[in-house]
Amino acid sequence: MTTTQRRFAFLRRGGDDSWSAVQFARHQDRPYTLDYLSRICDDFLELHGDRAEGDDPAIVAGIGSFRGQSVAFVGHQKGRDLKERTYRNFGMPRPEGYRKAMRVFQLAARLSFPVVTLIDTPGAYPGVGAEQRGQSGAIARSQLLLMSLPVPVVACVIGEGSSGGALAIGVADRVLMQQHTIYTVISPEGCAAILWKDAGEAKRAAGALRPTADACLELGVVDAIVPEPSGGAHKDHAKAADLLATAIQGELEGLALIPPGQLRRMRREKFQRMGAWVE
Amino acid sequence: MADNISVDITRVAGAEPPPADPAPRARNTCPRCGSHYREDEMVANLRVCTHCGYHFPVGGRERIVQLVDPGSWGEASAGLRSADPLEFTDSRPYPERIAAAEQATGLLDAVLVGTAAIGGRRLALVVMDFTFLGGSMGSVVGEKFARAARLAVEQRLPLVSVAASGGARMQEGVLALMQMAKTVAAVDELREARRPYISVLAHPTTGGVAASFAALGDLIIAEPGALLSFSGPRVVKQTTREDVPDDFGLSESNYRHGHVDLIVPRGELRDTVARAAALLSGGAPYRPPSLVTDIDPIGAVGRMVSGARRRLGGMFRADQNGGDPR
Repeated sequence: MTTTQRRFAFLRRGGDDSWSAVQFARHQDRPYTLDYLSRICDDFLELHGDRAEGDDPAIVAGIGSFRGQSVAFVGHQKGRDLKERTYRNFGMPRPEGYRKAMRVFQLAARLSFPVVTLIDTPGAYPGVGAEQRGQSGAIARSQLLLMSLPVPVVACVIGEGSSGGALAIGVADRVLMQQHTIYTVISPEGCAAILWKDAGEAKRAAGALRPTADACLELGVVDAIVPEPSGGAHKDHAKAADLLATAIQGELEGLALIPPGQLRRMRREKFQRMGAWVE
Repeated sequence: MADNISVDITRVAGAEPPPADPAPRARNTCPRCGSHYREDEMVANLRVCTHCGYHFPVGGRERIVQLVDPGSWGEASAGLRSADPLEFTDSRPYPERIAAAEQATGLLDAVLVGTAAIGGRRLALVVMDFTFLGGSMGSVVGEKFARAARLAVEQRLPLVSVAASGGARMQEGVLALMQMAKTVAAVDELREARRPYISVLAHPTTGGVAASFAALGDLIIAEPGALLSFSGPRVVKQTTREDVPDDFGLSESNYRHGHVDLIVPRGELRDTVARAAALLSGGAPYRPPSLVTDIDPIGAVGRMVSGARRRLGGMFRADQNGGDPR
């Protein structure tokens, strides 16, 4: 009917890859933020606390030495065993986490370091305390701060990129997705519960939401796909880290050529182009 | 996050299903005190219960009539409609849902944008309508918000938005999520151009709208008793099994915790927006007309609302809130 619909006609072809992407993205052996940082940084100093309430272990933030330069890293962090999973709150940040992230973004701007964020969360934590301490405002302000930064920002989805809790650290000049990850407005389970009235329909919901890297690339939501070792990142952490580091370095080199004054405007325009409407 | 839309989420964890044939609640019956109103009374009362102060939802067009100076509204980008980028189908295809919502509401999407004057001051205005697919934010809402912000920048106007939304529109997938960033980019543009932004939050403002532009006003005004949260109470209860306080996420709770500047009853909203727009723009202050009735665009009813407020002895004031504010 319209150019927009023709543009997205590829999505009709879609196979059953959505659900397998969901499972890859959530694989318990998949490398998490700290697994990558320990491999791709020559040194990494983690910073703690939001200087107001506390420290949120679901977000890791700090300064790392990456291929000869200092880079501010911020990423969601999940845990591998039950104890650590609980400690990391399953990678679901509270407002303190986003405020800690913002503190590090501001530090990066002041010291002229690029920012790299790694996205891997089922969503922001839906708790009473988190709401009372301003979950919505923290997510909104973190996006706004990233939008206005004078330094290059690269984001990469390394697992689950679910809803506003992911996007809060996902506003970047270049947004990447690893091959077997997902980026979605809502978890397939949540979508199924609302639209199919049955969380068990998650597989169908995943098919409808099309959260795969390929679909996100075609929709213009991500700029590039980072390859994973054969069989997925969980099969070979070292190789996955190498591939990720190469991709990040390539993006940072490209962004270093852009005058700082232009970055903010270009970043804004990039997000303002997103969407599909007819007029 | 769209899983805050509370409909039917009770079924997720095998909780009690909704009643088989729920009696439709009379639209003009106050759910708090049971007072009944004729439709013309509702319009005249600004859809506020004159007996107990309960704020009923207001549609987009009616909200504009309530707020702006008569004849000053100029709608922009009225023809924007949703595409169906994912060819999304659940129990029915997304285009069918859109068509049904258009039929039911007479709107093409969940937001109206344009320019208007409030108390004589021109401004750019964004008004959401919850009755259109739960006020959900898809590409059209994002684009229209961005255009309204652009209008404000280009014409050097303040921006005022009135949010009422369950969150992002699932049927547009990750593109709906990106509308959060898109509206945030628009706010960044406003800030760079040093234009003031006043964000009004009506019931409900949750999920992706609560966590994007609506949270970024230089001034944030809430209507009394509105649910303003990222996650809705049922999602919180089911995910965390925490005890959810009675006033969870309500305007009054948000005010106590420092997330909104003011709680303003609807009868005073127009005046408050005009005052704030004047103060944030610099220059002469807004001088409200002396009689409440004079500033009521509908006429003759501000006094009723105002009388109810006096009788209730300050229950609208957030710092004195007692009991269920809704």
